[in-house]
Amino acid sequence: MSAPAPLSRDIDPDRMIACPACDALLVDRDVAMGDTATCPRCHTVIEAPRPLAMTRIIMLALAALILMIAAVFFPFLELGAAGMVRRSSLLDTVMAFATGLTAPLTIAMAALIVILPVTRFLALLYVLGPMAFGWHPARHASGAFRLAETLRPWAMAEVFIVGVAVALVKVAGLAHVSLGPAFWAFVALVIVTVLKDNFMSRVTVWKTLEARRPS
Amino acid sequence: MENAGSPSPILTARDAGLVGCTQCGKVHLPGVVECTRCGAALHRRAISDLQKVWAWLIAGLVVYIPANLYPMLSTASLGHTTENTILGGVIELMNHGSYGVAVIVFVASIVIPVAKFIAIGFLALTVTRRVKMSAHRRHILFEVVEFIGRWSMIDVFVVAILSSLVRLDFAATITPGIAAVSFALSVAFTMIAALSFDERLIWDASENEPRD
Repeated sequence: MSAPAPLSRDIDPDRMIACPACDALLVDRDVAMGDTATCPRCHTVIEAPRPLAMTRIIMLALAALILMIAAVFFPFLELGAAGMVRRSSLLDTVMAFATGLTAPLTIAMAALIVILPVTRFLALLYVLGPMAFGWHPARHASGAFRLAETLRPWAMAEVFIVGVAVALVKVAGLAHVSLGPAFWAFVALVIVTVLKDNFMSRVTVWKTLEARRPS
Repeated sequence: MENAGSPSPILTARDAGLVGCTQCGKVHLPGVVECTRCGAALHRRAISDLQKVWAWLIAGLVVYIPANLYPMLSTASLGHTTENTILGGVIELMNHGSYGVAVIVFVASIVIPVAKFIAIGFLALTVTRRVKMSAHRRHILFEVVEFIGRWSMIDVFVVAILSSLVRLDFAATITPGIAAVSFALSVAFTMIAALSFDERLIWDASENEPRD
């Protein structure tokens, strides 16, 4: 836990940290590996550095990228009725809205399920890759990390998985549905993404980026 | 280490005449426009920032109306077409006996959006008004709203999956309805409303309240 700021007039801004959630002014002390710094007022976790966190995030982001490639190109769901089989890939799902008034939704779907998650993984790899090897941050690394954080609420892979489950139940009465390899790739992708986001402490990444910046 | 209960006063960066970055927490002297650590735009908060929240919230509310009135998907089977609204889809699932899924769809498409409208509106109103609910509770409410918003997208994804699977060459065809678009927009607009709400305002209003 970080300590509240002393109530004196001579505060050195560089030795302070403001809670990103409630703006409480706290003394910025180094947080030990494995410790968690929370705001004394709103209990938001401010920093939670974990050993090897950077390396783990990179590994997981890389795994997520590979899984995404598999998820896009392999058949996702298989539907069989009256002797006919219909395979549907993730791409087909995205294109489902491609006709008529719902056409703009195609782009939104592609963005939410594939493009934004992929952009996030790439941005994280770009930012944290050099960090894990102890190098200087890459050019525009802070811009890339800001982008990754902005995209966070909009990458909806895990919501999509629940959507698939609901759709399966709806179709179950109509035809026989089986899950393709891409479905499992996508499930793995969601698990990997959640793990990755749990390892990441935003303030810690920013501090590391700042400390390693060539001056 | 909990210091709840002890009346230790907490100074905010604003009280100290400084500006804190909402992204990385770095504290700056007033007048700096861009955070030197992370490059995010620094802004001092003002009640007028709430206008943005209200605008997105009202936009979300407006497109939520057609999302409920128009069909979410239409199923063409052996010559006759049935159109289903959001609520209609839930009722149909109930009739099939899949209560669990009916509950998921009902919660994701009706309970969460409506609760979100109310919660964001409540949070925005209570910035300027005094309420019984403590700042800490409202902070938790905001975090829940922020976390849960994206899950409303489930129904849009369901429509997309169904329409890609059940096509012309089948006994039945499912095509997405216009409500899918307005529902997706409604979810997006309320997400932006939540994102443009400055959490720090919740705490500013309770500055003089006794802390729980």
